[in-house]
Amino acid sequence: MFEVPTDRKYQESHEYATTDGETATVGITDFAQDELGDVVFVELPEVGEEITQGEEFGVVESIKAVSDLYAPISGTVTAVNEDLFDRPELVNEEPYGDGWMLEVEVADDAAFDELLSADEYREQTE
Amino acid sequence: MALRKPPLYDVYAADATFTGFGGWDMPVEFESIRAEHEAVRDSVGLFDVSHMGEIVVSGSDATALMQRLTSNDVEALSPGESQYSAITDESGVIVDDTIVYRLPEAEDRYLFVPNAGHDEAAYRRWVDHRDEWGLDCEVRNETDAWAMVAVQGPDAAETVDRATDADVAPLSWGDVIEAEVGGVRSFVSRTGYTGEDGFEILCPTDEAEPVWSAFAADCTPCGLGSRDTLRTEMGFLLSGQDFDPDAEPRNPYEAGIGWTVALDTDFVGRDALATVADAGVEETFVGLVLRERGIARHGHEIVADGDVVGHVTSGTMSPTLGEPIALGYVPTSLSEPGTELSIAVRGQEKRAEIVPTPFIEDN
Repeated sequence: MFEVPTDRKYQESHEYATTDGETATVGITDFAQDELGDVVFVELPEVGEEITQGEEFGVVESIKAVSDLYAPISGTVTAVNEDLFDRPELVNEEPYGDGWMLEVEVADDAAFDELLSADEYREQTE
Repeated sequence: MALRKPPLYDVYAADATFTGFGGWDMPVEFESIRAEHEAVRDSVGLFDVSHMGEIVVSGSDATALMQRLTSNDVEALSPGESQYSAITDESGVIVDDTIVYRLPEAEDRYLFVPNAGHDEAAYRRWVDHRDEWGLDCEVRNETDAWAMVAVQGPDAAETVDRATDADVAPLSWGDVIEAEVGGVRSFVSRTGYTGEDGFEILCPTDEAEPVWSAFAADCTPCGLGSRDTLRTEMGFLLSGQDFDPDAEPRNPYEAGIGWTVALDTDFVGRDALATVADAGVEETFVGLVLRERGIARHGHEIVADGDVVGHVTSGTMSPTLGEPIALGYVPTSLSEPGTELSIAVRGQEKRAEIVPTPFIEDN
């Protein structure tokens, strides 16, 4: 059973975003990290770059596969988890914790409404 | 077309994730590719490689047929020995690579192992040439009759020794014996494709389970994912990727397996390869290491001074080195270790350097 915390929202392409108001934290789900297997490389945008909901913002590579990352919300990147450059395995170990990818200043909070709830996302992965 | 399931499928299906490979539904990963890779480098891993083909050639002209259809010198084999070889077409292009076993306790009986999904084509090739040349031997495609497991790693010898009624310690690389494994009459050969000491066990399909079980408690089960990272670290070729008669036509000299070509024997492709041996090759199979963050993958372009000079045929993160490694063909003039090139990783050029293969120390 994969962990799907209820304190955040999800995108069909397996990214999550927190919903605490102005700043969102973005990463990939427990299900996604398990599907990918051992993550060995993460390519992320730089601080100050804009990301757009539904569009690619980076790449995550495991030993066996390459996957594009799609932005769950739109906004300006305010922080990038640089620990992932040296320890990409954090995505496997703690996808909702130390394996986070971006912090984003959210352009429009209403965009969260388009994302899936934990229950809806769990249904999709079952 | 439905994928073929290996005979051990149900034994480990609950513990593995699967992928289609060469027409077979094979385990790609059990717990973790990295953990499986490390188990083979550090202790011992167990692979189901039942997707590999098995063609048996027997009879008075078996040696002659094998000699004329494989590039290595089959006559150098005594019963109970095996060799790595290439199967080439008239122009010297590698059609497949294979291990040829001269089976023990018989003078004129061979079993060779084509790659997954190549068994039917190999069988046809052997039968057609036998008939064309009027040779007297029987050729049988026994792929469905044999299961094959590989026990690989520094602890492989003691692991296999415990599971067999034979003493495997004295075997040299390539030696093949008949022995009981988990009570099942099998062929046990000291071969493998991981760069580690190891054994491959051929047993009847319907008796595969006790053979697998004879090792399962002592070994880490491994999938094709770690098999790929292990062979890539060694610079070993993967059929259909590092060579392919259609998509990547390469001769054995380009592909770095010129040592399998016995020009003093008469085989299909021999004359073309003799010309190549005289003239030298324009392109060479090399190892590369990325010197910037990124992972090179199959198809990425290799660039020198702004010009595309080749492409990556295999690439991964090396679990042993913690560095991104790649294999591919470059102009021979750029193939010396130390040569600085770049690889366009998803369109972005990353610094790379030619390094000798194997990438890791050969055990």
